[in-house]
Amino acid sequence: MNIYQHEFKMNLKSVVIWSVSITILLLAFMSLYSSFAADAELLNQMMDKFPKELLMAFGMTDMDMSTVLGFYAIVFLLCQICLAIQAANYGFSLVSIEERELTADFLLAKPVGRPMILTNKLLSAISGLTITNIVVWIITFFGIGIFRNGREYDTRTLVLLLLSIVLFQLFFLSVGMVISLLVKRVRSVTPYSMALAFGMYVLNAFGNMIGEESLEIISPFKHFEPTYIVKHAAYNLPLVLISLSVIIVSVAASYVLYSKRNILTPV
Amino acid sequence: MSIIEINKLTKYYGKSRGIVDVSFNVEEGEIFGFIGPNGAGKSTTIRLFLSLIYPSSGSAKIFGKDCIQYGPEIRQDIGYLPSEVFYYEGMKVLDLLEYSASFYNKDCTKRLHELADIMELDLKRKIDDLSYGNKKKVGIVQGLLHQPKLLLLDEPTSGLDPLMQQKFFNLAREENKRGATIFFSSHILGEVQKMCSRVAIIKEGSIINIQDIKTLQKDNYKKIRVQADELDEKRFEVDGVSKLVKEDGGVSFFFKGDINAIMRLIGEKEITDVTIEEPTLEEIFIHYYE
Repeated sequence: MNIYQHEFKMNLKSVVIWSVSITILLLAFMSLYSSFAADAELLNQMMDKFPKELLMAFGMTDMDMSTVLGFYAIVFLLCQICLAIQAANYGFSLVSIEERELTADFLLAKPVGRPMILTNKLLSAISGLTITNIVVWIITFFGIGIFRNGREYDTRTLVLLLLSIVLFQLFFLSVGMVISLLVKRVRSVTPYSMALAFGMYVLNAFGNMIGEESLEIISPFKHFEPTYIVKHAAYNLPLVLISLSVIIVSVAASYVLYSKRNILTPV
Repeated sequence: MSIIEINKLTKYYGKSRGIVDVSFNVEEGEIFGFIGPNGAGKSTTIRLFLSLIYPSSGSAKIFGKDCIQYGPEIRQDIGYLPSEVFYYEGMKVLDLLEYSASFYNKDCTKRLHELADIMELDLKRKIDDLSYGNKKKVGIVQGLLHQPKLLLLDEPTSGLDPLMQQKFFNLAREENKRGATIFFSSHILGEVQKMCSRVAIIKEGSIINIQDIKTLQKDNYKKIRVQADELDEKRFEVDGVSKLVKEDGGVSFFFKGDINAIMRLIGEKEITDVTIEEPTLEEIFIHYYE
């Protein structure tokens, strides 16, 4: 329990910064909705003029931007990118930070086993991500309430969309963690987490553009594609199951790798 | 009872050597010195005790229990001072020490403050802002506050000024009197000589000698310096003499063998002065490293 508390405290500042940033991002983009919706016809005409491939890359085909959720789906995609970077950041630094800052020699010399340490750290990171998750929920409902201009939307679909955040975050957290344990040393977290988050994003965009489905299969941006969820008012279940399996495998592998890991002194 | 028993402990990092076939025992209540130059495998050995790294082969037992299997249990009674200083970003000294104390099944608050007083440590400061020596002090207090039965000290005095070193040695001796066994790794021989009852010498990953400090000094070599007006150093080129050096107005050398023979050799000539000393560990040590 003491490790959890310690980790949570160390992480709190970062959680607050991410939550505030995402809040600003969400509110800024959602505030544009009223002007977009007013000229809905014009907007949809303009969208038609864009090359189809470009729209596909952003998952914006067949999307009516004048509806509340059609518009929010695009905003949510931006939010997903931020959530991905945040979760990947926590994943990559979860264990590697101890080796970088020499605190592994402090923590691992204490009378606790490594699985216990990892569990505490993992729970602390998940708690942090959950706070950000809750903030997204609150800001979304708040923002839509203010900016929807009296237009209707399907609450159930919105809830479905927001519920996808949990698995989406866990994907990046667990994959980041397992990669950090597979490599010998993570010197700096940011390049790794940027590469993972944007890599997955680009993979999905690219896959959409050229219609190559095999590329999409590994990207959670595809598994939880907002426009798909809004259009169908449902998840793409087989893809969601892929995400879930990746999470389970990554977490299990992390426990094995961490328990066997040789903690090297930094050079 | 042996507090530490290691048997043919070997560690390779990929292809590069850590330690090879290291075996020795450390008995209860001992202050055991572990001497070797940088890169000889001192830290590797200590980190194996703590299961920070895992052996390639061989085994290590502490308190009679396997280091890996019973890791968390035995670490309850181990105090470890790493050679490198560490810190959690933005943490105050007191926060870190209380965090450290929270891992042990006893109340360490009183001892924590006692130790901080002795080491003159300001508990309210942030660790990031401390000098290297002060960070080292945090490490010392952190390693001692739960009154461990075994202390693993990895080059504990580096970065401490002589006064603090003295305080630290006194602390370690007190802990030893209380019953703690101390495993003391260092490349500074003087401090090991002062502190330890037995010493193991490690070189390129292998133990080359384990001896009682007293026998190490006694049985081996005498350091002899002879002063005379005219002295041909060649007359001392006999069996048992090494490191013969002609100095201004005399010669000095190390001698191992029948002390009577060398005394006669010195006595035959008119000399002005002679000194016969125990060599320092340093001098013995250099001998081992040749």
